[in-house]
Amino acid sequence: METGDAVARLVREEGTRVLATLIRVTGSVDVAEDAVQDAVVRALETWPRDGVPDNPRGWLLVTAKRRAVDLFRREAARSGKEAAAMPFPEPEPAEVVRDDLLRLVFTCCHPALSLEAQVALALRTLGGLSTAEVARALLVPEATMAKRLTRAKQKIAQARIPYRVPDAAELPDRLTGVAATVYLIFNEGYAAAAGSDLVRLELVDEAVRLARLLAGLMPDEPTVLGLLALLLLQNSRRDARVDAAGVPVLLPDQDRSRWDVAAIKEGVSQLGRGLRRAAVPDRYVVQAAIAACHALAPSYAETNWDALISWYDVLLEVADTPVARLNRAVAVAERDGPAAGLALVDGIPGLTEYPWWHATRGELLNRLGAAAEARTAYRRALALGLSDPQAAHLRTRLADLG
Amino acid sequence: MPTYAALLYTEDVDWSQPEHAETTKQYMEFGQAAAAVIRGGKALYPTSTATTVRVSGGDVLTSDGPYAETKEALTGFYLFECADLDEAVRVSAKLPAARNGVVEIRPVIEF
Repeated sequence: METGDAVARLVREEGTRVLATLIRVTGSVDVAEDAVQDAVVRALETWPRDGVPDNPRGWLLVTAKRRAVDLFRREAARSGKEAAAMPFPEPEPAEVVRDDLLRLVFTCCHPALSLEAQVALALRTLGGLSTAEVARALLVPEATMAKRLTRAKQKIAQARIPYRVPDAAELPDRLTGVAATVYLIFNEGYAAAAGSDLVRLELVDEAVRLARLLAGLMPDEPTVLGLLALLLLQNSRRDARVDAAGVPVLLPDQDRSRWDVAAIKEGVSQLGRGLRRAAVPDRYVVQAAIAACHALAPSYAETNWDALISWYDVLLEVADTPVARLNRAVAVAERDGPAAGLALVDGIPGLTEYPWWHATRGELLNRLGAAAEARTAYRRALALGLSDPQAAHLRTRLADLG
Repeated sequence: MPTYAALLYTEDVDWSQPEHAETTKQYMEFGQAAAAVIRGGKALYPTSTATTVRVSGGDVLTSDGPYAETKEALTGFYLFECADLDEAVRVSAKLPAARNGVVEIRPVIEF
């Protein structure tokens, strides 16, 4: 006997697959969405009562198709045209469903759509979130989100953004956009974990679900495996990142017994698969390797700093950003002492407006006993603006300096 | 098949002048290579030749110059008939203007 929650999950997962197929059959995201929505509502009404049908996907597909035909008939009656003949394919082989889903992923994340629209569409169609849920998740008024989604769907229809999987030659470029979209969804949820907003945690789960879906669809793409590994490894720390009072706990101070061991195991295994398949270093794989160094360390002090710094060196080869350099400098400070770290931090250009650059300098100067300079650096960081809990953390450091 | 207008924005140039013969040749080559999808297109004289017309309260107001003064100007356009946006992007990317300016692609409404 299925519980209500299990049914809801099944309906949602199968609903996404049915939507992907129906968009191909109807050629319209709007009609497909309405039809699948209708089928999903019916499933949620009847399945918990009558039991889940033997072929849940087939049930949803047939119900949604009937509804789509109705919608087309109504549309045709209004415009005085004949109803468009819609093919009624037999139940799809798994391979076709897989391709439909992939097509949907690449359509939602098409580079001709703004990144905002990509994220919203991915959450709406692939994540199965309602417009209201997407709006809440991305902290945008519902009316704004509805408009954004409508515009995106109009552009798909009017500019004829194709519903297709890119050619092998285009794939690396397109995959970058897809990965960035999923990572952005994750960050929207993860960065806000300071609050206790459950909707944002749902966003993190949604991103992990999308990454898992991608890894299932493209099991040999290092970017996808790296992305999934990175999300799993970062997310494994989520229960330890905030204390009972809602104050963020930094990595060195986290209670590692609260890390999710199963997520770490899975993340490391996906990382291994990504590493074996990456002919050239992939930035997500490398970032996942960095996350794994932390995840596998028994304590902060026992972190394998040599390995960590080596991975940062690789990261700088593929994605040299000032923030990556700053993080590398922090690792160097742990291995070689604060003076070595500070020399590196001071040598990174372009971060004078970045509060964490000043905060890191403050921390290292503090360790070197340069109290006055540390104070100045902490104050600069605070003046540049940090979230409340982060600012509170720095103020404590300042107070400790006397 | 949908039609796309490709609007070419580049540095304001006078295509009729001989110093642009090399670029003009590149456009001729593009024209041959993309002949299968090209349904029309023209190069425009520079914005110094532009006249802006507007009717206000029944009066025809004529002024000198383009509608908008911008660093990059509309210097030509094409009409492409393509299967979808991806094909239109692939074709447009081969335009010289995509390298020394920008190409804006817009679907054309078929009434």
